[in-house]
Amino acid sequence: MLVHSRRARRAVWAVFLVLFLPLFALPLLVVLAASFATHWSGVLPSGPTGAHYRAATHGEALQALTTSLVTASTASVLALAAGTWAALAAAALKRRYRRVLDALFVLPVAVPSVVVGLATLVAFSQPPFLLNGTRWIVIAAHTVLVTAFAHQSVAAAAARLDPAYAQAAASLGARPARVLWTVQLPLLLPSLTAAAGLCFALSMGELSATMMLYPPDWTPLPVLVYAATDRGALFTGSAVAVVLMTATLLVLLAVSRIRTKASYR
Amino acid sequence: MSEAVAAVRPRRGRPRGLPRPSTALLWALPPTALLAVVFLYPLALVVRQSVHPDTGGTSLQPYADVLASGAFREALWTTVWLALASTAGCLVLGFALALVIAFVPFPGARAVSRFVDVFLSFPSFLITLALVFVYGTAGLANGLWTDLTGAAEGPFRFLTTPWGVLLAEITYFTPFVMRPLLAAFSQLDTAQVEVAGSLGARAPMIVRRVILPEALPALAAGGSLVLVLCLNEFGIVLFTGAKDVTTLPMLVYGKAILESDYPGACVVAVVNVLISVGLYGLYRVVSRRAGA
Repeated sequence: MLVHSRRARRAVWAVFLVLFLPLFALPLLVVLAASFATHWSGVLPSGPTGAHYRAATHGEALQALTTSLVTASTASVLALAAGTWAALAAAALKRRYRRVLDALFVLPVAVPSVVVGLATLVAFSQPPFLLNGTRWIVIAAHTVLVTAFAHQSVAAAAARLDPAYAQAAASLGARPARVLWTVQLPLLLPSLTAAAGLCFALSMGELSATMMLYPPDWTPLPVLVYAATDRGALFTGSAVAVVLMTATLLVLLAVSRIRTKASYR
Repeated sequence: MSEAVAAVRPRRGRPRGLPRPSTALLWALPPTALLAVVFLYPLALVVRQSVHPDTGGTSLQPYADVLASGAFREALWTTVWLALASTAGCLVLGFALALVIAFVPFPGARAVSRFVDVFLSFPSFLITLALVFVYGTAGLANGLWTDLTGAAEGPFRFLTTPWGVLLAEITYFTPFVMRPLLAAFSQLDTAQVEVAGSLGARAPMIVRRVILPEALPALAAGGSLVLVLCLNEFGIVLFTGAKDVTTLPMLVYGKAILESDYPGACVVAVVNVLISVGLYGLYRVVSRRAGA
């Protein structure tokens, strides 16, 4: 205990709450409150309504929700596959090659996502890869952006993995594919599910690269939130944002249940 | 003789079933090829386009044009000072908040640190959206002011200035500093704090002499990550919607999508990539030194 006197401790807690609540809790609360309101001209919002949610769960918004969910799941699965493959392949390499591979796969974190969007747009609007105007250009950009996080998370876990398990299995005659499937991947499962959750959340909220790329028939939720607030429909935008947060949280919750099951094994 | 030594030495190489170094290189090829197609090749095209003006040929004219333009210089300056100020703010605020959660724990402190994790999974533009309702022209703060004083308008109108972006960035990125700090604090032996306290050190001195040195690696790692993320932040600035707040990523978006000036956009993109990859390299070196 750093602060012993009861009064000083109370004072520290008060300062903490004064800083923490307005900065971190208030933003989420006001977005939630605004999504149920029609006016906000006083201290509190007024004109309670559920109409924004009707708009946010029907028609265009519903389509955007499925677009976001499909994009995020596809990008997460692709990123997990590529990132895990790269991380496991790198773990078997010599130190020098491993560092090159790790650096290559981490590079997309450092490159601004707007630039990833621009690069994808430039590259896939000309032969040999003509993807511009299709949903695949959005999915490709999202995959690039989240692969780095999947790779980092799995690589860190693979480095801590005790090689004795894989060696024991191999010395008992298991083929490499079997070692991978029955020994290494189950041991990596907690980090894989953590990475899946991270990739999914990042892709659900991705705006920068998406703004550069999205075709009219593949509009993810963040773009819709921006479109709504840009034309002044702040309350509808808040309702769409709440739908976005809820969908993300539900998926994260489901993923974390897989994780706890895995860690009890 | 050498054969005898070789016989005694344990057999080098891996047990059967694990990849050999040469096959390991082969296995590393498919993901690398994929990355090359979807990321490295597009990035190379951006660099190529940046030296190919629309008029044709190869020249550095786009660079000369962009680097000389006032809009670019202003965006560069805005980006850098906003990122530096946000990082400083996040470090101070994150350190203070993590300190309280870890060393002056209160009922619910665990819930707060879990809330911080959840906060990280939300997109950044939500903060700007929320700030509109808190400090906007007809928001909570201004509403409170007009209700209390009877004035026609409230005093808070900083949202569309760089200060609004700064507030949003500090709010959104502080948890990125708090998480590594909380991890570092959980490994700190609390006996050190107790001993220092029983020897008569007061709280500020314990923080300065015992806790801060332990926290420095986590602060450095978190701070440089936040610096890179702030340099590349787009959603917050886009949602602010202010004409006079232009950062480098906004300039890339504006030139490419709104003006269709691709060579110009590519030039700004190359500059932006150089700055942030350089800083990120520094971050990797720092965090590896720190063992984080």
